Order: sequence, then structure tokens, then C-alpha cells
Amino acid sequence: MQCPKCRGTMRTYDRNGVHIEQCEMCRGIFLDYGELEALTRMQQNYMQAPPPPPAAPAAPAAPAPGWGQQQVHHHHHGGHHPHYRQKSVFHMLFST
Amino acid sequence: MRKLPRVSDPATPLAAELVAIGRAAPGGSPDAEPVTLYDRHGVLVIRVGDVVVKAHQADRDNGPLLAVRMAVAARSPGLFLPPLDQPRHVLGRVVTVWPYGEPVSPDAPPWWEAGRLLARLHLTGLSGERAASLPGAEPDGPHPTGALPRWERPVRASQVVARLDVDGREEQVILRAFGTLPAWVRGNAEVPLARNVALVHGDWHLGQLVALPDGTWRLIDVEDLGVGDPAWDLARPAALFSAGVLPGEDWARFLDGYGTGPAMPADGDLWRVLDVPARTLAIQIAATCVISARADRRPLDGFESALVDTCSRITGSGRSPGE
Repeated sequence: MQCPKCRGTMRTYDRNGVHIEQCEMCRGIFLDYGELEALTRMQQNYMQAPPPPPAAPAAPAAPAPGWGQQQVHHHHHGGHHPHYRQKSVFHMLFST
Repeated sequence: MRKLPRVSDPATPLAAELVAIGRAAPGGSPDAEPVTLYDRHGVLVIRVGDVVVKAHQADRDNGPLLAVRMAVAARSPGLFLPPLDQPRHVLGRVVTVWPYGEPVSPDAPPWWEAGRLLARLHLTGLSGERAASLPGAEPDGPHPTGALPRWERPVRASQVVARLDVDGREEQVILRAFGTLPAWVRGNAEVPLARNVALVHGDWHLGQLVALPDGTWRLIDVEDLGVGDPAWDLARPAALFSAGVLPGEDWARFLDGYGTGPAMPADGDLWRVLDVPARTLAIQIAATCVISARADRRPLDGFESALVDTCSRITGSGRSPGE
């Protein structure tokens, strides 16, 4: 399957029983119907549970840390424009 | 880029001195029209034709340390914009002279090239300088061999967080997240010896890149140059990617350019070494945004709010696996 955004190759990963498609190029993630809810449920369980034992390394290198905001694209979305000219973003990227 | 004011009649004695220095510098021309490139935070930078003259902040390491750092830049013309002259003292300020370089356009940042340049910096031979980061070296002693100082901790994070109003709602979110950072990052414990050291820029962001006339990129601003953990140079884009502000494809280009540079662990698990630096920078950027919004008496915009939300998630995620 090709990424509809950047034409990269999509790979399927199994995350605790939820299949997600991730683009190898732009790291965008596609979720099918119900998968977001499944992931959210698991995340809630994770937050309530005691720290898990050291897990075996996940199949792919994690694209972002657990606290990160994934760049989730839905099928109906086009690409998003980098807002680097937006004043706040410009300051975040171009100044100390 | 936006239009910058011309300095046809330099407003201050310092500006007038900088213009005179630029006109007389190698490559300068006596009739070049001066343009102010930067005039904030106690730093004044004026362009005169192909020459840029910078009056440094008065409270920085402007003595022997700046000379050591500039010597590194002069020795590495493939990495840094090389200085045109020795630092000089003008009206109580240290002034340096550089060739002009074209800044990064926000419309098309060279992410891949930026990553590659950073990896090349980190790969630069440390021979003499590496000693400064090893136990037994004299961190406060003179640097007779031209050794660079250790880059130890991200001092700006605790400085900017200390300026937050503790009563504000977003401020409290940021302060809680800051409290979850390792004590040494907050400046409350001795800095552990970095497991991995390299020549680091120390304050890397897209404003620290300029293009030469041939289109190749160079680093500028050597004032934080040191020997330290190279992962911290990747912390800002990592934080902005994690906050959802930097698009994934640009982050991927940057990492692809960086390749297997020294910050990348042998097993490829970059986030293990990047987690604490990225958390720290997310908190620092969030604090900077909130301070700026409060000063302007305006609400946070969506991107700034995303940084504050990231701080909530940092607090919720517990201890970093990178500790």
C-alpha cells in the first residue's frame, strides 16, 4: 500500500493486537475504523496500570516517545502545510 | 524574508562603530548600505555589504573561551562560517566580524542538509578537546591547549522556567512537567558524565544555519560550542516533532540527513537518548511561548497550546526511560 500523502511505502505493524499502517517515509499513521478507540483504551489501561516490566523491544523503532503527539493522518485529510511562517512556529524553530 | 530596516543614519554610537568596522573589513566596501539583522537581548548584528558585524551580549563568555570557540570555527570552514577577523573590544562590548550568509527560508528549510551538517559537526575530531570532558581535567583552569569547555546542561530551560508566573494555569502545567525532569537537568544535582561526547553546537536551531553563495550550508553562532552529549543538539526538532508542530516528513528528512551520526546509538534506538533532551526542550519552548504571550497580553495560539499540552503528557508519562 502506498501512502496517499507522500507516496511512501506503508508497512503494517501489530501494536498489542491493533494493526496500524505506518509510512516508512513520512511516518504518518493510518488507523482503520475503531482502531483509534482501541489504542485509546489501551493507553488508558496503561496509565492506570503499575509500570509494566521491561518489554521486549517493539518491532519498529518507535517514531516518537510515549508522551509524543503522533502526527495522525486520516484518509480524508490532505497533506498539512508546514506553518513555519506562523510567528509562534517561526520563533520555536528559528530562535533560542 | 521580511524587510529589515536600513541603518542609513546609525542610531547609536555602537551601531556607528559596527558600520565603520564592516566597511573597513576584508571584503567590505566603503559605500555599502548598512542593514540591521538583529537587535534584541543585548545583541546587535549589522550587515554591511558582504560583511556582518556582531556586538555580543555583555554577560557572555567573551574572553579566552570565545577565542577558543572562534578558533574552532576558523579551523573548520566546511562546518562554520569562518570569522573574518579576531574579536575586538568596542565601547565595552566584544565585536566579531563574519562574512554574510543567507538565512534559512521558512518556506523550504533544508532539513536533510541541516541533519547532515549536524552529524558532520558531531563527527569532527576532538583529539585535544576531548580531554576537557574527561575526569581529572581542570574544568575551571586555563585552556592553554585551546581546549573547548564541556557542554554540561541545558541552562536555558531552568532560566526560562524560573521566569514563569507561578499562579498562571498554563504556567503550572509547565512547572509540573519541569519537576519531572532529572535533577541534574534542573540544575539541582551534579551533571553526570555524558556517556557519549562529541563536538556540539550547544544551541542548535534553524536560525543557526546560513547558506554561502554556492548554496552550501554553514553553522553560525559559536558561543555555546563545547564538548558534550550530541543528542542535545537534536533536542529542539525532536521536541517540536513530539508536540505535533514539526511535520513527520520533515523530522524524517532531518533524521535521514543525520544518518548514523554520533548521537545515534548503535542499536538505532534514538529515542532512548533523545527522550530527556526532547522533554526538556518541549518544556523550555512552552515556557518561552507562555512568557511571550503574557508579555503581549494575548491568548496562546494553537501551536503554543500544543506545547503546553505536551507538558501535560510529559507529567502523565512518568519517569523518562532515558534516565
